[in-house]
Amino acid sequence: MPNAGQSVIEFGDVSYRLTDGRAILENLSLTVQAGEILVLLGRSGSGKTTALKLVNRLVAHSSGEILVEGKSTRDWDIMKLRRHIGYAIQEIGLFPHFNIARNIGLVPEIENWPKDRIRARVNELLTLVGLSEEISSRYPHQLSGGQRQRAGVARALAADPPILLIDEPFGALDPLTRSDLQREFLSLQKKLGKTVLFVTHDLNEALLLGTRIALLEQGRLVSLTSPPEFLHSPQPLVA
Amino acid sequence: MNFWDFILHNRLEIFDLTLEHLTMVGVSILLATAVGIPLGILITRKPALQRPVIIVANVIQTIPSLALFGFLLPTPWIGERAARLAILALTLYSLLPLIRNTYAGIKGVDRAVVEAARGMGLTDWQLLYKVELPLAASVILAGIRIALVTSVGLATIAAAIGAGGLGELIFRGLAMVNNAVILAGAIPAALMALAADTLLGWLEKRFTPQRA
Repeated sequence: MPNAGQSVIEFGDVSYRLTDGRAILENLSLTVQAGEILVLLGRSGSGKTTALKLVNRLVAHSSGEILVEGKSTRDWDIMKLRRHIGYAIQEIGLFPHFNIARNIGLVPEIENWPKDRIRARVNELLTLVGLSEEISSRYPHQLSGGQRQRAGVARALAADPPILLIDEPFGALDPLTRSDLQREFLSLQKKLGKTVLFVTHDLNEALLLGTRIALLEQGRLVSLTSPPEFLHSPQPLVA
Repeated sequence: MNFWDFILHNRLEIFDLTLEHLTMVGVSILLATAVGIPLGILITRKPALQRPVIIVANVIQTIPSLALFGFLLPTPWIGERAARLAILALTLYSLLPLIRNTYAGIKGVDRAVVEAARGMGLTDWQLLYKVELPLAASVILAGIRIALVTSVGLATIAAAIGAGGLGELIFRGLAMVNNAVILAGAIPAALMALAADTLLGWLEKRFTPQRA
């Protein structure tokens, strides 16, 4: 695990433009430090999800440089990069044709772990995210929204990646389940010490989870502050 | 001679013709699947090829079947044997539903699921066989179902070029103006189509992914 304070993800003057020249992200410079949760906060269309996808190269940036653990994402082997980074998106990202055990164990499976090690890991993760082991043979459609989301987080953690990219994970949940999961996520993060880049449009979520909050508007970084600073800054509130 | 007498007296011939029919349809569907599914996958990966491939398959589909049998007659090796010719024609007709449904099935897989798979570090190949094909399976099977049922009917026309099959009874009955003979060919063909439809329908349902 990298030492606290060390930069794990570094955006250096990064821009992303569509082929028609429209800029989705402009001159983004930002550092995510080891062990922190950096929240990218913004309205839809602010470029926050794009920024996230640049890190695991689901989207290729147009200019600038992104360093992951000091190495440009362009120099990383793309499969190694992606398997080095846990990725969780809204609940729909679970594979509907795989049961929960297979969903969670997919990265270990493609990394050719032996079967019993995968099974042990899956059970360990289910316990970690607060799901019972009997859920492992069920399919995503047989789970509640909250359970699916827990499974999504477990899947992102499967191969124990040091970095997590998380995109609006709790958006589709009812408020009570959401606040449960947020609190659990926070304690999980404290325990595991992952470096997290977390996208949300929910201000309360950002304030609760963020070590620091990066406010994006129309592809530009407006401010980068700690939650208390954010509350006292003159920024217009984001819905 | 009534229908049942005819069936009883000619049961061996009807059985042989049914087998011939089944072979023509079966072999052509296997060939069409072996060509159509990879082509369907290819055009999801190379968008520039999508229109030309679909257009060619569409054009083949619009050629009247008797004319297609005629066109293919001069083909070397194939043209020598009527059954080969019939199989080739049936294969060509089955391509369109297979290509189109493979394409539509893969394109219809939830983008979030595909993105999650990519983000997790699946290679193109793993994405295809672990995620896209299983999730597109029901749509691809629907294509095979259409091709199969259509082929059972179309194969009766192959008798016109001497390829055998149940069409032979239908043509003979037409020439003799004998409904019993026509029915002896038509009913097994219809049953075969129904059986194929039911079987594939069942498979299609089994492979439909469950949604939340």
